[in-house]
Amino acid sequence: MQKIGVFVCHCGTNISATVDVKKVAETLGKEPGVVYSTDYQFMCSSSGQNLVIDKIKELGLTGVVICSCSPRMHEKTFRKAADKAGLNSFLLEMANIREQDAWVHKNREEATLKAVALARAAVAKVHLNTPLTPGSSDVNKRALVIGGGIAGMQAALDIADAGFKVDIVEREATIGGTMTQIDKTFPTLDCASCILTPKMVDCEQHENISLVTKSEVDTIEGYVGNFTVKIKHKAKYVDPDKCTGCGLCIQKCPSKKVPDPFNLNLAPHTAINITFPQAVPLVATIDADNCLMIQKGKCGLCATVCPADAINYEDKDSIEEKKYGAIIVSTGFKPISLHNFDEYAYDNSPNVVTSLEYERLMSATGPGKGTVLRPSDGKHPKTIVFQQCVGSRDTSGRGKTYCSGICCMYTAKHAMLTREKYPDTDVYVFYTDVRSPGKGFDEFYRRAVEKYHVHYIKGAIGKVVPMSNGNLQIQASDLLMNEQLHIEADLLVLAAAMEPDKSAKPLAQKLTASMDNDDWFTESHPKLRPVESPTAGVFLAGACQGPKDIPQTVAQAGAAASKAIGLLIKDKLQGNPCVAHSDENMCNGCSQCANVCPYGAITYEEKDFRMPDRTTLVRRVASVNPAVCQGCGACTVVCPSGAMDLFGFSNKQILAEVDALCL
Amino acid sequence: MDKNKLLSEQVQRNSGVDVSKCMRCGKCTATCPNYDLMEYHPHQFVNMVENDKLDVLMKSSSLYLCLNCFACVERCPRGVEPGKLVEAIRLEAVRQKENNHLKPDQIVEKLTEGMPQQAITTAFRKYTK
Repeated sequence: MQKIGVFVCHCGTNISATVDVKKVAETLGKEPGVVYSTDYQFMCSSSGQNLVIDKIKELGLTGVVICSCSPRMHEKTFRKAADKAGLNSFLLEMANIREQDAWVHKNREEATLKAVALARAAVAKVHLNTPLTPGSSDVNKRALVIGGGIAGMQAALDIADAGFKVDIVEREATIGGTMTQIDKTFPTLDCASCILTPKMVDCEQHENISLVTKSEVDTIEGYVGNFTVKIKHKAKYVDPDKCTGCGLCIQKCPSKKVPDPFNLNLAPHTAINITFPQAVPLVATIDADNCLMIQKGKCGLCATVCPADAINYEDKDSIEEKKYGAIIVSTGFKPISLHNFDEYAYDNSPNVVTSLEYERLMSATGPGKGTVLRPSDGKHPKTIVFQQCVGSRDTSGRGKTYCSGICCMYTAKHAMLTREKYPDTDVYVFYTDVRSPGKGFDEFYRRAVEKYHVHYIKGAIGKVVPMSNGNLQIQASDLLMNEQLHIEADLLVLAAAMEPDKSAKPLAQKLTASMDNDDWFTESHPKLRPVESPTAGVFLAGACQGPKDIPQTVAQAGAAASKAIGLLIKDKLQGNPCVAHSDENMCNGCSQCANVCPYGAITYEEKDFRMPDRTTLVRRVASVNPAVCQGCGACTVVCPSGAMDLFGFSNKQILAEVDALCL
Repeated sequence: MDKNKLLSEQVQRNSGVDVSKCMRCGKCTATCPNYDLMEYHPHQFVNMVENDKLDVLMKSSSLYLCLNCFACVERCPRGVEPGKLVEAIRLEAVRQKENNHLKPDQIVEKLTEGMPQQAITTAFRKYTK
């Protein structure tokens, strides 16, 4: 016979103002199986908890129902109390009579009736509750960081400083990410390289960090604490252990017209190349598609001049398998393609550039070596026009619906730097709104207007016509003056919207991590778990989760690292015992559960079954890995034979609750 | 309800345009090829509907200077489609003109069995176009 105790909380006046708590306690006292029922002002206070503990011990309660707030708020509190009293904590249930009742209703009588109904449902469930014990699994003390930009580097450094080994897997030949392409950073205008390259060197020299460049994640298996990852190393054609980065090969390479993605194809480079002078690791790699030796078997100059004998034309892609306890995703962003926006003539004129291209035009390591020259004829531009919100805040389907967040600030930076370096230049900025929340951000934007006399115009560019001399005839609106403007410009800079890097989506599928409609990784909770992916053991750093500037990225990377450290420091992981399990005798092997499982927790195995006639039958049945299962219950819903069930939320328990509510 | 407010709602319903989606970027006015001849401009058309000031626009020649090139419809980042709005405002202007061949209260006496429905509808046409 069950002995259930019911404890009704006033929550100050939060509940008691709308719900007659005395009446709820009284009514519940008459329920079958309930041996004790009371109300109390603050159940979660230590005296409230002691009341629960005392009654469990005194009356030998076999189940407890707390009628109070949402289980998200205090389930842990009360379960701990039950544990203290020697009652298995999963024999305690909460009825949410605050968020789902007192806070949303006005009529006291109806709210009281609802509280009684919710409490009855909880009592009905407790009748069927069974003691559960969480299982445990080991933790592999190594972290994987996917993407070696500023986010990945910061996260890796923080984890490595805490004493754990970290591998940074980076697709390019150097770490550093998008920030390596940036000239200066807002709002301090310090040189991006000067703050970035020391961090890159720190990563290279840290004893706990391994840089795995020119590599991509191939497959990911396993679960929190025990990920098995296959990493694909792409052929470099240069032995990184021998190469000293002397650059002799680059001087001699005859294939000099190779598009340079680092300079966004504004200038060519050689087939054997070091991305930029401060690259980490500082080693050359060969672009096989453009190497004469690899393509045609004629040349071999670099191998001849290399003093370190590092060149290997026979290099092949290879796969390496490694084990990790935690994974940090930091795949970053890229600007959107502008092919949908033909009014700006981006495809028709080399003098229409994106903001990131303008960074390269300004950068000391860019094609102009620090002098801004327009791409069509190398002329110094006198009139430069900037357009913000290109593809951002666009619900027409041509762009992205969100605000990219950083364009207002980097456009102000570009405008200011241009006016500072070339005071004879006319700079126009077309804006919809200037959004500058952040420390010193609005002051920075105002400085561009007030001190540098950048012409900020509330309006937009409607049409751009490239002329034969390379100039651009721009038609635009000025909403405050209510005018249509016609400007002849030398250069047009477009603040293209941010979108997730193209590697993000396939990676999310490998990780079974969720994404939003725009392919940004989703966090576990928008406010309270902002750096955790809903997939356990996977953490998010930087712009893979949404548009961010550098300070936000670094802050988030540090937060993600601390969460990863919190995981890696544990020797054993206690799992959630409310996981799915399959009744092998009922499973028909249809695979529907495995198909819907968002965590990849369900596998199928061939199993021997002894039949009544003493024969053996081999059947394919589902098996759930309790360490991976998050207890979402999707499998129990699709299972056509009723074999799948969830501990703590079994079909029987749920239906008992429904019966209690409806009958 | 205020006549202008009714008119704004009517115009939005007929055109399928929701003016509250406008984020005031000025793309429509920037893209308009007939800007110079207009007293009021595309972004103001949208604004006038939003602020129930259509009587002003309907008296202005700007309404008829729109070429219906639909450049603004093509370029508007919020899908507001000012060009479609202009169409609906013009339709409203035509409807408001007096001098129908027939007034609604005359219908009853004219509805004889032999009268084709088509004739009644036709009689609602305007004297002038």
